[in-house]
Amino acid sequence: MRDVISVLDFSREDLEYLFERADYYASQLGRKLRVLEGRVIALAFFEPSTRTRFSFEVAAKRLGADVVGFGAAEGTSVEKGENLADTVKMLEAYADLVVIRHRLEGAAKFAAEVSEDPVVNGGDGRQHHPTQAMIDLYTVKKLFDDVDGLKYAVVGDLKYGRAAASFIYGLSLYRPAEVYLVSPPELRARPEVLEVLEERGIKYREVTDLNDVIEEVDVVYMTRVQKERFKDPSEYERVKGSYRLTLKHLARARRGVKVLHPLPKVDEIELAVDRTEYAAYYYQASLGVPLRMALLALILGGE
Amino acid sequence: MAPELMEVRRVRDGVVVDHLPVGTALEVLRLLKLGEGARVVVLMNVESSKLGRKDVVKVEGRRLSEVELVALSLLAPGATVNTVEDYRVVSKVKATPPEEVRGILRCPNPTCITNQEREPVTTVFRRKSEEPLSYYCTYCGTTLSGSELARSIRV
Repeated sequence: MRDVISVLDFSREDLEYLFERADYYASQLGRKLRVLEGRVIALAFFEPSTRTRFSFEVAAKRLGADVVGFGAAEGTSVEKGENLADTVKMLEAYADLVVIRHRLEGAAKFAAEVSEDPVVNGGDGRQHHPTQAMIDLYTVKKLFDDVDGLKYAVVGDLKYGRAAASFIYGLSLYRPAEVYLVSPPELRARPEVLEVLEERGIKYREVTDLNDVIEEVDVVYMTRVQKERFKDPSEYERVKGSYRLTLKHLARARRGVKVLHPLPKVDEIELAVDRTEYAAYYYQASLGVPLRMALLALILGGE
Repeated sequence: MAPELMEVRRVRDGVVVDHLPVGTALEVLRLLKLGEGARVVVLMNVESSKLGRKDVVKVEGRRLSEVELVALSLLAPGATVNTVEDYRVVSKVKATPPEEVRGILRCPNPTCITNQEREPVTTVFRRKSEEPLSYYCTYCGTTLSGSELARSIRV
């Protein structure tokens, strides 16, 4: 394994092995390990991020690696107009692995072509967020013992949201019973995402209202519908209620239903849900560090 | 010569781009940058045993480069390019859309890394289907087909 650009570059067996290693690192969280001692990991976050960046940083440090990098383009040579290729070349000279987040689609793939070091995609535009998808699938696996055979609702902005798209790609590596894609018509999943589901024979349905499927699903994967995505603000006001998850929804759902969210969330989940057994998103976030530890160790540690 | 007949001279030295789908001849002229000064014969919507109807473009004093041949295959898959020397056809090549196209197509997605002028990056599109012909950008996943494919050719 070298670069991590898309979750689609992995097989189900790859992920299962990764999850096993993540279990191991989860059991070691209290200790400082020396797996990557002497290694340097560069975090090149051209776009703001707190969760992904911190969890990569903590994962690297727990493995004994040193971390360099930046968390926004401001204050770096990028702001002075340096291009991505040169920035990546510079980081390559200093570090052993580069984690990159960028607002443009294809930036991580391009960085991997420029760099001799392994590159991990921490999110490129609306396209891929492979490590998030790995965490999401790992969470489902921990909660239900299996990713297969369950019914999923993926809710929100499926057109521009890279976490949702990546989760859908991730599910395509498994055999889910059904995947409901719940979004306003304007924010339906892009054709290339649906094509992957079709090619892999995944049963899916596009729906507009969460109410139509809430009773059937085992996992609700929530993402935010952003106001800025709508040309007409009144249209947003009209639809937003359909993509807000409440306790009332969940009371109608199957027993054991779990709610996932890549976070940060704003108001797409009623606050009262946070304190219930439905809420799995904080647990999901807590798996970010061990999963990313496992991934970094597999890439650099020659495991 | 009878007044109803118009003289269409045979090509002495040049290319005959044949079996073009009807309506693509003018796009082929644009693709080959055949403007003022070029000696060109354009036949549009003429009988064809293969296609029923077709367009043909004949150009005097010209050859097609490899890149132009690939671009032609995207615009008019299956077109044939006859190279003529001294009134005789010396080679006949079919314009077959390749599996991978490097640098000839421009990605229509403005937030694709390949549209960043200052990055040393070339587009790479891979064929998704032959009928209808479609390609996808290996950087951002955007699919190109039909008129959008034709519009995205940059030679």
